[in-house]
Amino acid sequence: MSPVPITTEPVKTFKINGQDVSARETESILQAARAHNIDIPTLCHLEGLSSTGACRLCMVEIKGSNKLFPACVTRVQEGIEVMTHSERLVKYRRMLMELIFSERNHVCAVCVVNGHCELQSTAQKLGMDHVRYPYLNPQLEVDASHERYAVDHNRCILCTRCVRVCDEIETAHTWDVMGRGIGSKVITDFNQPWGESETCTRCGKCVNVCPTGALFEKGKSVAEMAKQRQFLPYLVSRREAMIE
Amino acid sequence: MQKQIVIEPVTRIEGHAKITIQLADDGSVADANISVTQFRGFEKFVVGRPFYEMPSLTARTCGICPVSHLIAASKACDQILSVRIPETANKLRRILNLGQWIQSHALNFFHLSSPDLLLGMDETPEKRNIFRVMEVAPEKARDGIRLRAFGQTVIETLAGKRIHPAWVVPGGVSEPLSVEGRDKLLALLPEAKEIALRTLRWFKQSMSQYQDYVRTFANFPSLFLGLVDPSGNLEHYHGRLRVMDAAGRIIADQLDPLDYQNYIGEAIEPWTFLKFPYYKPAGYPEGIYRVGPLARLNIATQTGMPLADEELAEFHDLERGAALSSFYYHYARLIEILYAIEQIERLLADPAILRKDVRATGGVNHHEGIGMSEAPRGMLLHHYKVDENGLVTWANLIIASGHNNLAMNRGVLQVARHYVNGNTLTEGMLNRVEAVVRAFDPCLACSTHALGQMQMEITLLGPDGQALDRLARL
Ligand code: SF4
Ligand code: SF4
Ligand code: FES
Repeated sequence: MSPVPITTEPVKTFKINGQDVSARETESILQAARAHNIDIPTLCHLEGLSSTGACRLCMVEIKGSNKLFPACVTRVQEGIEVMTHSERLVKYRRMLMELIFSERNHVCAVCVVNGHCELQSTAQKLGMDHVRYPYLNPQLEVDASHERYAVDHNRCILCTRCVRVCDEIETAHTWDVMGRGIGSKVITDFNQPWGESETCTRCGKCVNVCPTGALFEKGKSVAEMAKQRQFLPYLVSRREAMIE
Repeated sequence: MQKQIVIEPVTRIEGHAKITIQLADDGSVADANISVTQFRGFEKFVVGRPFYEMPSLTARTCGICPVSHLIAASKACDQILSVRIPETANKLRRILNLGQWIQSHALNFFHLSSPDLLLGMDETPEKRNIFRVMEVAPEKARDGIRLRAFGQTVIETLAGKRIHPAWVVPGGVSEPLSVEGRDKLLALLPEAKEIALRTLRWFKQSMSQYQDYVRTFANFPSLFLGLVDPSGNLEHYHGRLRVMDAAGRIIADQLDPLDYQNYIGEAIEPWTFLKFPYYKPAGYPEGIYRVGPLARLNIATQTGMPLADEELAEFHDLERGAALSSFYYHYARLIEILYAIEQIERLLADPAILRKDVRATGGVNHHEGIGMSEAPRGMLLHHYKVDENGLVTWANLIIASGHNNLAMNRGVLQVARHYVNGNTLTEGMLNRVEAVVRAFDPCLACSTHALGQMQMEITLLGPDGQALDRLARL
């Protein structure tokens, strides 16, 4: 194993939930929190991929500001006081989950990832017991044209993990997001059927990083799809080692 | 103008029964029909879904007999894969289906119907339930509970505690049977068999008491339809269809399930969401047929199981032609329980049942699949069409309660003719309507609701459409 390089990067000290913490200045509040075993819920964030701040679940408060800050894309700063679980945040996070569930069509009982779903477990963790917003019940298709995988847009939460892993790790950039706001959707190549994509290498990384049952292996029955993510930190560390 | 009696629940609880009785001017019953709510729009709802989801989707949508849907759906999916299902997987699926028969039949017989049989039809609902049975005939209640538990243990041992929706999968089953699982079931078998035999003995002895019900419980000529094996014996998983007429003549045999559209028509009536399947060559409504335990035992030459065969021979001696009274559904259920227990015993005795190769895989090799099996309540059919990617483009389901629709209506009419007179409704009449519907064991949520108390409300309407009387049970 290569020795861990000793960093010369400046260190910032600040508080999270009253606890004194320190982190390198390039780190995010989320990274600092996790390094100190402070839990901040996330959905779009995945260790090994860049952060985009798409889901807003990791929002935190910083004393002295009325704004909310997504912890995954907010850098640490000297002397700030971060709150991760204020009453307001807990309420907003639950609202966010309810909005996600009301936006598309989630039927966990018949879903391939039932029991292995990050969206489902996050909803449970955040205590979402019902959805107060009207379900939009959009008409969304399943693209099963790919030989091995399928995408069910009903279960996509637009976290863009698939887009990032395909671009940053596999460097195929098959996936992208089309449209705006609630009408957006993930597409392959120029919005062609996945099975006709010329860039897709069939590596399956997108399927495995997808937090929900939106991307899955064909032929899997209900609850049979458990995603394998161990490969990601491994690939990232190998790549970094090679660059150095 | 005709008068109407409507039996309908006040609350909109799923699976309620709404019964309309049409009175003629002279106050006699002119017509009657029963309309039940059940899953609808299902065939539309699954369009666009991957066919792999169909077993669990159908099992979850109709929660009353999930196992039966898992099996029929998986069989339809097997055809889309067009692969050869490992023999062990077929046998395990058979055992699962039989487990479902046992638990469902035991539920109907002991929990839902035995209060009627043991306590009498004129007893008030408060005094006519399984708790009263526990008081007056505790050994019967206990037997019922044990037998049902056996059926459930069979299901749980194979498919997991909460009926794991993914155990029966296209291509086979997801997990083989363990040695411990097999041994556990083998150890439970003798008691289950003993209970089945003793209940049959008791039922046959008390049959003379029930002659009134035998005569008035949907006792009418109809066709009977169900699966048989190549030698014409009782079949529940594969097999082909046999059709028998009221006189006991086999009018069609070894019909291929894949051609069902050639011989089963589906009529629509304006007053209900249910479809009315009928035997096409006989036309509508003459092609009315019954399915389920009574039909299966009428049409089967033998069962292939020694004890059940003795019972079937006696059953066939009940009447010259086919047994026509729907009261005999109860009798048939008991014989089928015995058959299922013997079958499970035979299947488990084969060491090959423990083999580990239980799942074949494949892609979309065929664009259509038809799965037919015998659910506890009768023949169940799933028919799907998929596109080249395996997404469902069209689906049709024929469920057992659907088949029995016409017969159930006739049954209600018959009871109404017998027990309704004048402008008032009696508790006894309501009880009998309920009991006759229950004999068919339709998969209404209400047939298992509130310990067997069916939700319904009767309103008696006069010639001018005004309510003359109202009786509710909720
Ligand atoms: S993706 Fe997750 S939340 Fe959505 S239906 Fe599937 S299990 Fe449920
Ligand atoms: S398909 Fe999966 S990974 Fe991609 S955006 Fe949707 S939920 Fe995220
Ligand atoms: S995890 Fe930070 S915005 Fe999604």
